[in-house]
Amino acid sequence: MIKHLRSAADLDAATATLILDTAAEMAALSGREVKKLPALRGRTVVNLFYEDSTRTRISFEAAAKRLSADVINFSAKGSSVSKGESLKDTALTLQAMGADAVVIRHSASGAPHRLSNWVDGSVVNAGDGTHEHPTQALLDAYTMRSRLGRLDGLKVAVVGDVLHSRVARSNVLLLSTLGAEVTLVGPPTLIPVDIVAALSKTARVSYDLDSVLPDSDVVMMLRVQTERMQDSYFPSAREYSRRYGLDVTRMRKLPEHAIVMHPGPMNRGMEIAPEVADSPRSTIVEQVANGVSVRMAVLYLLLGGK
Amino acid sequence: MAYLLKGVSILGASPSDLYIADGVVSEKPVEGAEVIDATGLVALPGLVDVHTHLREPGREDAETVETGSRAAALGGYTAVCAMANTSPVADTAGVVEQVWRLGREAGLVDVQPIGAVTVGLAGKQMAELGAMATSAANVRIFSDDGFCVADPKLMRRALEYVKAFDGVIAQHAEEPRLTEGAQMHEGEVSTRLGLTGWPAVAEEAIIARDVLLAEHVGSRLHVCHVSTAGSVEVLRQAKARGVRVTAEVTPHHLLLTDELAAGYDPVFKVNPPLRTRSDVEALRQALLDGVIDVVATDHAPHAVQDKECEWAHARPGMLGLETALPIVLSVFGPQWDLIADRMSIAPARIAGLDGHGGDLTRAGTPANLTLVDPAAQRTVDPAELASRSRNTPYAGMTLPGRIVATFLRGEATVLDGKAVK
Repeated sequence: MIKHLRSAADLDAATATLILDTAAEMAALSGREVKKLPALRGRTVVNLFYEDSTRTRISFEAAAKRLSADVINFSAKGSSVSKGESLKDTALTLQAMGADAVVIRHSASGAPHRLSNWVDGSVVNAGDGTHEHPTQALLDAYTMRSRLGRLDGLKVAVVGDVLHSRVARSNVLLLSTLGAEVTLVGPPTLIPVDIVAALSKTARVSYDLDSVLPDSDVVMMLRVQTERMQDSYFPSAREYSRRYGLDVTRMRKLPEHAIVMHPGPMNRGMEIAPEVADSPRSTIVEQVANGVSVRMAVLYLLLGGK
Repeated sequence: MAYLLKGVSILGASPSDLYIADGVVSEKPVEGAEVIDATGLVALPGLVDVHTHLREPGREDAETVETGSRAAALGGYTAVCAMANTSPVADTAGVVEQVWRLGREAGLVDVQPIGAVTVGLAGKQMAELGAMATSAANVRIFSDDGFCVADPKLMRRALEYVKAFDGVIAQHAEEPRLTEGAQMHEGEVSTRLGLTGWPAVAEEAIIARDVLLAEHVGSRLHVCHVSTAGSVEVLRQAKARGVRVTAEVTPHHLLLTDELAAGYDPVFKVNPPLRTRSDVEALRQALLDGVIDVVATDHAPHAVQDKECEWAHARPGMLGLETALPIVLSVFGPQWDLIADRMSIAPARIAGLDGHGGDLTRAGTPANLTLVDPAAQRTVDPAELASRSRNTPYAGMTLPGRIVATFLRGEATVLDGKAVK
């Protein structure tokens, strides 16, 4: 088993599949009256969150607690350099406290890589800057597999601000590893020209959402931040929505079985219409529930739980 | 002090004896001269760096004029040009004279201050360039290095203005609007790592503009740290048209690539960023062709805490003075005439440093020279560097060439590979 989960690229197909299979076992547990496993009793998991993310932090916290680990939440808002203690000093503190795993969310790409130089425990990337969010990709893959029964050969459209999306990067890497065919869709300003070369030779790029939808099993809408408008990535929220938003009319172009995903938080009415988000095709709430099972599996396997 | 360098090979020529007396190369040996067995050693004119950050005044925790001078001497340098981005900025006669005086006191290399082009490097108002030129520091190179003189009108005026005292503007070519938040070269690796890209065009667009401006007003332009294949093409065309432009490349851009960012270790963060293999190849060829005139270190010491952090929070820059010659040797091999020209003669000419880059075979030439053992190898150990900082990207690399001795106006600054003071 790998020691850290810093990037979805850390996972080969066998390891990724093991995590998904383990997550399925963990999910079975949540149907029971007593949801706790003793697997990580006496182990310490630190949630080190430099960015606000209630959703992800709670998900990791629940996962660790269901495995009986001791959980320490360390909220270090703001930049570590400009406001007080450095990441290194924080790492040394966690090291002294005997953290077996550190789950880190940070606004700087690569912060989990840096952290793993300074602590002996496992480092789990819970989202770093515009780099990656590997457990999100795992829970997305888990959701696809449980809804559609397979990942190999699945056609997945990832739509929106790929340039700034850590979710997109991790998904392209993981889904390609697991045999899915990913098409990245969005305005050219938000899709780096070398994304295919950088991440996966099997991925494709399209600037035309309407042409991609009829042949997609999964469409994953990414959150688009309105401040991108000020930076001339697109002219207006309305135009973005018109060209790349998933509304009811567009949703009808999808095959009958296709599902709609969103990592959250959503901009309803911007990249996704409320009717779509709340439709039976939408897996958005399921994704959240699956997040706990997947993160339990990750912590369990990284920490060699028995 | 007089010296007799026995059996030295001047620029790789067959062994001969070199006499140093009264600060110059002497025709005849002098009675009582100290004899140095220079068998197997190559003599080069003392290296000249047109781009060094000595950090004093302001960041003496990262480097001082003295520690930087010592690093320079150990690297084979006899003159360095100190960049203006100190704190306070070297934008007045007072500050450049202070740096110049500190250099004289250290007495290990000639420290030639560079003056800022604009007040506070802010890019708004021209600094008192004339006052710096006529100060004791005798400033001839002006640069806002660290920042680009982005305003085209201000750049034009600066290019014109310094003609009055044969000055030159050294441009840090970086279109600021194209590099907002930039962390590394824009390309495959930045896309994979999720780090904001620094596109090659941001450098090339400014160089293209500036060679046209220099051509228009008939002025001299120097381009700092050229890093892309596209910039080389712009320079090649400009030089072919007769534009008075010179350019430098750093040792790190001749050797390292953006792939090194993969582990997010900020020791590889530098501005302009490390580029791709094909850029490296183009820069090497440009230095061979003379499209790029000189190797300049862009020696940029940083305190530990400014590098032991997240990539995005780290300061850009790497050490260079003590490793420049070994890097160039490793890239080009023992092409001594080329090395002497690109690392001593041409930089001395650009900086107007008479007395450096002279002909060592001629009696009367100021005895600014360095002795290199090309057969020796050295593994770079950051802890052994004379610089106050440790941010070398070459840690653990084994490089050819050892600087055995350096002489500044006939006085040894380095002997047996150790600084004399």
